[in-house]
Amino acid sequence: MKKQRTVTFNHNPLLKRELPAWRPRIVMLALMGCSLALVGRALYLQGVNDDFLQAKGASRYARVLEVPATRGRITDRHGDILAVSTPVRAVWALPTDARLEPAQVRELARLLEMNVNELNGKLAAGRDFVYLKRQVPPEVAQAVADLRLPGIHQEKEYRRYYPGGEVMAHILGFTDLEDRGQEGIELAFDKRLSGRAGARRVIKDRRGQIVEDVEAIRPPRDGDDVALSIDGKIQYLAWSALREAMEEHKAKAAAAVVLDVRSGEVLALVNAPTFNPNNRANLTGAQLRNRVFTDAFEPGSVMKPFIAALALERGKVRLNTPIDTGNGRMTIGTATISDTKRHGVMTMAEVVQKSSNIGTVKMAQQLGSEEMWHLFDQLGFGTPLNLGFPGETSGRLRPAKSWRPIEQATMSYGHGISTSLIQMARAYLVFAREGELVPLSLTRVDAAPSSGRRVFSVETARQMRTVLAMAVGPGGTAIRAQVPGYTVAGKTGTAHKLEDGRYARKYISSFVGFAPASQPRIVVAVMVDEPSAGKHYGGLVAAPVFSRITEGTLRTLGVAPDMPLTPLQLARRGADEAVSEGSGQENM
Amino acid sequence: MVRIDAVLVALAVASALGVVASQHQARRIHGEYERERVRAQALEVEWGQLQLEQSTWATHGRVEKLARDRLHMQLPPEGQVLVVEPQS
Repeated sequence: MKKQRTVTFNHNPLLKRELPAWRPRIVMLALMGCSLALVGRALYLQGVNDDFLQAKGASRYARVLEVPATRGRITDRHGDILAVSTPVRAVWALPTDARLEPAQVRELARLLEMNVNELNGKLAAGRDFVYLKRQVPPEVAQAVADLRLPGIHQEKEYRRYYPGGEVMAHILGFTDLEDRGQEGIELAFDKRLSGRAGARRVIKDRRGQIVEDVEAIRPPRDGDDVALSIDGKIQYLAWSALREAMEEHKAKAAAAVVLDVRSGEVLALVNAPTFNPNNRANLTGAQLRNRVFTDAFEPGSVMKPFIAALALERGKVRLNTPIDTGNGRMTIGTATISDTKRHGVMTMAEVVQKSSNIGTVKMAQQLGSEEMWHLFDQLGFGTPLNLGFPGETSGRLRPAKSWRPIEQATMSYGHGISTSLIQMARAYLVFAREGELVPLSLTRVDAAPSSGRRVFSVETARQMRTVLAMAVGPGGTAIRAQVPGYTVAGKTGTAHKLEDGRYARKYISSFVGFAPASQPRIVVAVMVDEPSAGKHYGGLVAAPVFSRITEGTLRTLGVAPDMPLTPLQLARRGADEAVSEGSGQENM
Repeated sequence: MVRIDAVLVALAVASALGVVASQHQARRIHGEYERERVRAQALEVEWGQLQLEQSTWATHGRVEKLARDRLHMQLPPEGQVLVVEPQS
């Protein structure tokens, strides 16, 4: 039916005219072109250039969260915590957003323990971002957050705590506000200690809750814990002994090191004056200074045993070789060397025991300067220990070619050459370890080094141990280094300090020794800088400190006494020990 | 024909509801997991603080002070030490 009726929509006669045939075609083409363009664009966006849009889309719901990693702990050799990071908060503000009522400011200042004016000043500063207070304890931070102040924000950060306080201050060092190592072990082992924050991508809903874990971009890596070779108890013993000595002798500074002979581990390392690493306001350079590592000083007489040992080793002298020290004065070129008193003719052992400069010089004169230099070099003088400790000094050892005869002479008794205390302590390992030198370690060593570098023969080391035990025995310079129940051996040093190139009437008293002398377990080195309460001889100032540290250390390590304790004991336990007491000193 | 259609529609609807339910459950469990993770972190922090507290109380200086002052302990003088040697 419908087919029969032609419908004309077009009653306008004007339009009855036929349109030119090209016009619909053009329109058609234009429309097709447009839709092609749209399809092409769609294809381009969907298929080719989709990364940008994907990223834009993801940023609407996906978030990358940082997964914090903590800095490793530092423990002593028994696992007691010496340094640990715990999270705290930094409170910061956007001053433009922070429009606070005076009462709110007062409340905030009270919580943060800040001055109201100071706080107002910070908020009024024309900056976009200002830290109000850093390292705020979590409880305080929570209280601040509960105030719900506009424009006040918080951020997680870490604070390092040192429960050992001033006892451990120098060895551990400290970190900065960003928990990066600045000094000491914290700096030396920064790579191992510091963790690496991880990141993960998550999907959050409108309320900011995580609804889906998309991927872990990188897992967080917590810093490794570092177990030091330090023994907390020995460290404390050394510290308290040093503190008392500082007071008694009104010294400017003091330092002590305890080494384990078997493993080369550093059991204690103390400096005075010290500081509290948990509160580092008002610190001075003198307090921060780790003298054991960073200060090179002229060691004085503690150097003598090495020269004596070299002379022994080369067969120039034997323990009973007589050496004429004359009237206590000796001239080399234009310089005069003197002893504290005239000793006349002594055996070589007595030269070391009584610490005669002249006797030592006479031994040194039989040695070549190359030979002496080689010895010093082998002992590690003039080379930093390379323990990774910041500011380690190498000491000063000039090449042998530039030595004048007088310098070779003075070097034999420890002047014109400088070493750090730890270098000296390490060098004494050669006597304690049968002539071998091992590398030191600040971290716990589980397998003791089997052998080190040989410097002296076993025989020389043994003989020198007898000689050094004599220095502590009757007639020696360091009777006050004796330790009840143990045989000890060591050497005193009293060196003039160099000031502006001249020797001043200021002294560094030192004592380096080991115990038990029969089978050494520890090397202890003590240095007291500028004792000014009347006494300055190493035997009077440093030796008693050595004795205290050694006694406590041996007890802590559980080393059995190698000498009968008292006559009282002997009376109870029979006469056979009484005989060995007399020979205890020489009983190597 | 109609019956098959109806069954298929029912299956599709059921499956869709299942997806919704499991999605919801997944999110709920994930939320729980997040909370536990945060708790684990908090416990870790607390452990660190407790360790710190322990080592602060156990400082050698404090122990010595308490031993000397409160417990009146002292190092035995030389004459009072008896060394027991192992019987060989």
